[in-house]
Amino acid sequence: MKFDIDDVTVYFPYSRIYPEQYQYMVDVKRALDARGHCVLEMPTGTGKTIALLSLIISYFLSKPQSHTKLLYCTRTVHEMEKTLAELRHLYTHLPPSSPLLALGLSSRKNLCVNPDVVSSSSRDSVDSSCRRLTASWVRATASENEGIKTCDFFENFDKAIEGGPETVMLPSGVYRLEDLRTYGKEKSFCPYFMARMMIKYANVVIYSYQYLLDPKVSGIISKEMQKECVVVFDEAHNIDNVCIEALSVNVRKQTLEGAGRNIGKMTEVINRFKATDAGRLRTEYNRLIEGLAQRGDLPITDNWLANPALPDHILREAVPGNIRKAEHFVAVLRRFVQYLKNRLQTENVETEGPVNFVASVYSQAGIDQKMLKFCYDRLHSLMLTLEITDTDEFLHIQKVCDFATLVGTYTSGFSIIIEPYDQRMPHIPDPVMQLTCLDASLAIKPVFDRFQSVIITSGTLSPIDLYPRLLNFNPVISRSFKMSLTRDCICPMVLTRGSDQLPISTKFDMRGDPGVVRNYGRLLLEMVTAVPDGIVCFFVSYSYMDGIVNNWNEMGILQEVMQHKLVFIETQDVVETTLALDNYRRACDCGRGAVFFSVARGKVAEGIDFDRHYGRLVIMFGIPFQYTLSRILTARLKYLRDTFQIKEGDFLTFDALRQAAQCVGRVIRSKADYGLMIFADKRYSRHDKRSKLPKWILSHLHDAHLNLSTDMALHITREFLRKMAQPYDKTGGSSRKTLLTQEDLENTAESILEML
Amino acid sequence: MSIVRKPAKYKPAIKEPGIPGVLLMTEDKFAFTPNDPNSNANLDVEFRSIKGHKFSKDGSKQILLNLTYDSQKGGGYIFEFDNFANRNFCRDYVGTVLGKLQCAPSAVPPSGHTSLSTAEMEHRMKLLSEKLHMQFVIGGVLTESEFWATRKNLLENNSIKATKQKTGLKNAILADFRPLTDGRTNKVTFSLNPEIIHQIFAEKPAVHRAYLMHVPSKMTEKDFWRKYCRAEYLYRTKNSIAATAEAAEDEELAIFLKHDDILADEIRRKIRRVDPTLDMAADQGDDFVHLSISDDQGIVRDGINDTGDIENELSKRSLAQDLNRHGAVVLEGRTLDVELGDTRTVAEALAQSKKESSFNSDATAQFERLDRFSHNAEIDDLQEPRKIPFAPLCIKDPQDYFDFQQANGVRASSDFSFGMKSDGSKMSIDEAYKIIIAELDEVIKNGISDPIMRPEAALKTFNWLNQQVSSSKYHMGKNPQDSVLDSLPRDTKAELLHHYRSVEELLKHFWASYPITTSYLHAKVVKLKEAMSDIYLKLEMIKKSVKSEYRHSVSQLVQQMHQMLDAAFQHYDSKQQESCSEED
Repeated sequence: MKFDIDDVTVYFPYSRIYPEQYQYMVDVKRALDARGHCVLEMPTGTGKTIALLSLIISYFLSKPQSHTKLLYCTRTVHEMEKTLAELRHLYTHLPPSSPLLALGLSSRKNLCVNPDVVSSSSRDSVDSSCRRLTASWVRATASENEGIKTCDFFENFDKAIEGGPETVMLPSGVYRLEDLRTYGKEKSFCPYFMARMMIKYANVVIYSYQYLLDPKVSGIISKEMQKECVVVFDEAHNIDNVCIEALSVNVRKQTLEGAGRNIGKMTEVINRFKATDAGRLRTEYNRLIEGLAQRGDLPITDNWLANPALPDHILREAVPGNIRKAEHFVAVLRRFVQYLKNRLQTENVETEGPVNFVASVYSQAGIDQKMLKFCYDRLHSLMLTLEITDTDEFLHIQKVCDFATLVGTYTSGFSIIIEPYDQRMPHIPDPVMQLTCLDASLAIKPVFDRFQSVIITSGTLSPIDLYPRLLNFNPVISRSFKMSLTRDCICPMVLTRGSDQLPISTKFDMRGDPGVVRNYGRLLLEMVTAVPDGIVCFFVSYSYMDGIVNNWNEMGILQEVMQHKLVFIETQDVVETTLALDNYRRACDCGRGAVFFSVARGKVAEGIDFDRHYGRLVIMFGIPFQYTLSRILTARLKYLRDTFQIKEGDFLTFDALRQAAQCVGRVIRSKADYGLMIFADKRYSRHDKRSKLPKWILSHLHDAHLNLSTDMALHITREFLRKMAQPYDKTGGSSRKTLLTQEDLENTAESILEML
Repeated sequence: MSIVRKPAKYKPAIKEPGIPGVLLMTEDKFAFTPNDPNSNANLDVEFRSIKGHKFSKDGSKQILLNLTYDSQKGGGYIFEFDNFANRNFCRDYVGTVLGKLQCAPSAVPPSGHTSLSTAEMEHRMKLLSEKLHMQFVIGGVLTESEFWATRKNLLENNSIKATKQKTGLKNAILADFRPLTDGRTNKVTFSLNPEIIHQIFAEKPAVHRAYLMHVPSKMTEKDFWRKYCRAEYLYRTKNSIAATAEAAEDEELAIFLKHDDILADEIRRKIRRVDPTLDMAADQGDDFVHLSISDDQGIVRDGINDTGDIENELSKRSLAQDLNRHGAVVLEGRTLDVELGDTRTVAEALAQSKKESSFNSDATAQFERLDRFSHNAEIDDLQEPRKIPFAPLCIKDPQDYFDFQQANGVRASSDFSFGMKSDGSKMSIDEAYKIIIAELDEVIKNGISDPIMRPEAALKTFNWLNQQVSSSKYHMGKNPQDSVLDSLPRDTKAELLHHYRSVEELLKHFWASYPITTSYLHAKVVKLKEAMSDIYLKLEMIKKSVKSEYRHSVSQLVQQMHQMLDAAFQHYDSKQQESCSEED
């Protein structure tokens, strides 16, 4: 369908539209007009993604002269694929010949088509095998020496590109990763470098958060994006955590030992060069004297992860003199690693700010703040000079330099925590030095500064005023939408008692109680008999899930569950989990039905939809609080209290409930869909916990459903499923429209806005 | 019974042209006299030696009747006739004579075209016990073949039921068998059965491979399973030190404890076929935050800390992995055709089926899959429902199906015009045209009655039925299992049931013979009608003769049969009138 919002003609790929989608589009449009940022919360299952895509692309099409771009950030690669699939659908409904080039960008591991390279198991080994074939010096020697292997795909691409970018230009269209690979194979071009190059010309680029938030990556990938770009962070409820993780580094004993080996190897190479090719080291030295930035015009293949600090902070100055010479720099590194090793040998937990830490480094190892700050870039330069291609082996020293640069750059918002052992296992020495970022706004600041419109959206952003504070920006529009439902297609319940009327909870002192374990098991068992197709269970942590599943196995509950449905479990091995999910879906498709055990905050909870028959019921076993005794969390809570005056308890509850809401929200995808949600913990019945749930769940949580036992829940479940299976009027009747046709839109655009 | 004399050709073999002559049949023998007195093809055979008779279908090229004396080898006297009427007459004659001769017809019931299977035979025996055959075939109302032809479909229905449904695998984990301890000694007992072994093979390819390699060349089956159970036990007791020690000593045992490399391969292959919107493994590639190995923060740190044991090459198999693997195997659901008896054959059959499946799976089109996945991304209630590809209708016996359809069609259309046509005396185009015009005129004049069913009539019927149901329920008592029949005396009940079956049988034949296309059918209908009126009267008798206390319920039962018969009579009369008026 096609309709107008003010001066923009919006192309929408469906023949009907939800009123909240329309309203959502109006708000996004206003934000774009105002050239400002916005925060929008809209319940899951109302088609946020397609509303965003179709509005922004229509907006671009209506203003062809501005060469703007949509940078769409997703949490994960599979979400990227999902978004690309929706975009493809939209593309077929755009007016013909509208120029649109959209592609997903991912790492070499997901894009490479060279059979020798892609067979490597991890990302880092794929990266370094690629470098081994495509690094500029490898190609230079290969042109003289027949025996050296290069990558045909890249050579072809490189040859073609000499004829100008037009020769390798992708035809207009939407390219999924699979499409890029197929295209690359057909043309014999390297899909990875082709995609890297195409993002300059594409109208829509979809990639993961880190390509924009992590300065190491965005420094290479996203540095050329113009100010006019529109940036979207979808499923952004966890964005603060991503920002924090992007700037945090952990150093362990193994890391330091590895770094020591790396330094040894570098020294060896330096000595060899000194004997054979002293000129090379001299050239580097001269370049550094001239203050040339390392990341000048490097060939695209020689790029690696950029400086971890932020663009503003780096390289206005030249590299300090005392680390310009290769052997001096290596000596500095060696001293630094030694210093870290000494610090790790502590027997007490130590917490320090970066300023103190730098001072102590200076006094004990003689390395000043400026040297630390340049560590990362200096290392990069050195590795290029030394022509090191197996970067995966040099990860340790990279990490140490990463640490050094961050410590050297920031004076606040960070803290360094040294723990001699894990608190839960005090008898096992496992020293770790954690540089944790406490301030989520640090990583995202350059994004807000650089781009004129940043849209942060998710199904769960409650309380919505907290996000601008955490991320430190001023949105022009911040709004939370309700969901207008045709029928009550979600049914949240709070289960406080088991079948024997004893309270159930995952509170620390209760979770081991066999009564609670059995009650949880009975709950699942009863539900498995009553609910058709798929059931998803979320647990508070991996260890808890492992424990309880083993207990159920011993008790025989698991065997009984398996009489009704197959059981699949998320594990920490993503490959295994992916296959388990695939099988889970197949089991639901073929009608056998299945149960999926997953972990709140886990990878599955973050991005996999359990819509339609893939999830008729979600059971949230317990409240997914963070591990509150963790020092990192304590440090962050303290920081939040000091800077934003947010109470610790409030933040913890907020964080736990946004996770819980995220988990149960996966169950519904459209208004025709339906699903049950069970919050199985007595603590959910308390007002302070419950009230933190998003409005769209709360509005369906009847008072009668606040304090249920298993048998009552079972009754409600049966009733609900029976009701939902009846046919109904999808448009929602005449009085309250929940589905609008084009006509409705034209006639009543004004009144809809008023209605909402 | 009379003597039959018909002109026919005798064919000593099916291919030969046949000798023209006269076929003469009496109650106990038949004789053939050739027209050419010189021919020595004289036949004089007693019916006693004839086992059965076969005949070509009405309307087929040759009009044949084959009187077989050896039903196994198919030897017989073949006669060719000039027209179907003569042949059918003879055929029916033979049928009745044979029926009479073989007083216990169940011994060798004469077959139609095919020899009888045991199942068919059983079915027939069952039917014969219902006495219908005696009554009609021997009574001359129906012929042998007609009687059985209508029964054939019933049998087919049975045979469909008999084909075995392919069952999937059970959900339950069998492979996770638990050891039994007797509590007094330190003995641990594992018990295996073929089903468990099959599941172990399916879920643990390494064990399967080891079995194929070592049994029976290197060790006996018993030893093999003893080792396996030992490994299971070590794993179960989580005694990793003992496990390591034992594995070091015994390399076969180590196989069971080590990581399963075949599985790893399979996983690598499968991960490529996964829906990309589910592929979390792809995320690893994009995860730049966790720059390198052994970086544990957040939830991972919350998990079990796997420090130590890294050098231990024995697999850290978890319950979760077992469950996932089990689910995958169940979903693949390849059940073997072999009996789960001998372990060796099971193992080999499994290996074979695996080979085949790996052959097939690679051929699946990648892009079709991707497209299907992207359809999943669409929001379904915002658009018109997508057309779901239908599975093509599979008709087991197309011939039968379409013949049946055609017959229905014939019945539905105006009977007589079609009847004339198939009778051979074709209507001219003019005539056909006139008929169509006449029909059209009628429609134009009267209009097609709309609605086709008059609502008043429908309501009336409905009310009547309702009354019937409620009243009978009232009379019959509250229990649905209580049937009216049970309250009747046994004799009356048996009689009623018998009549009911007879009526059913006759009506089946009666309706099937419309439209009347041949004189034979005409005769048959007349015969059927007579038989039916016979029963009609008998029913009346029953109604009158029963005691007064049963009269009401009996009359209700009889009323139903009467209604069915009345409908038939009415139809007969109307057709009769039509044909009469035509002749005029």
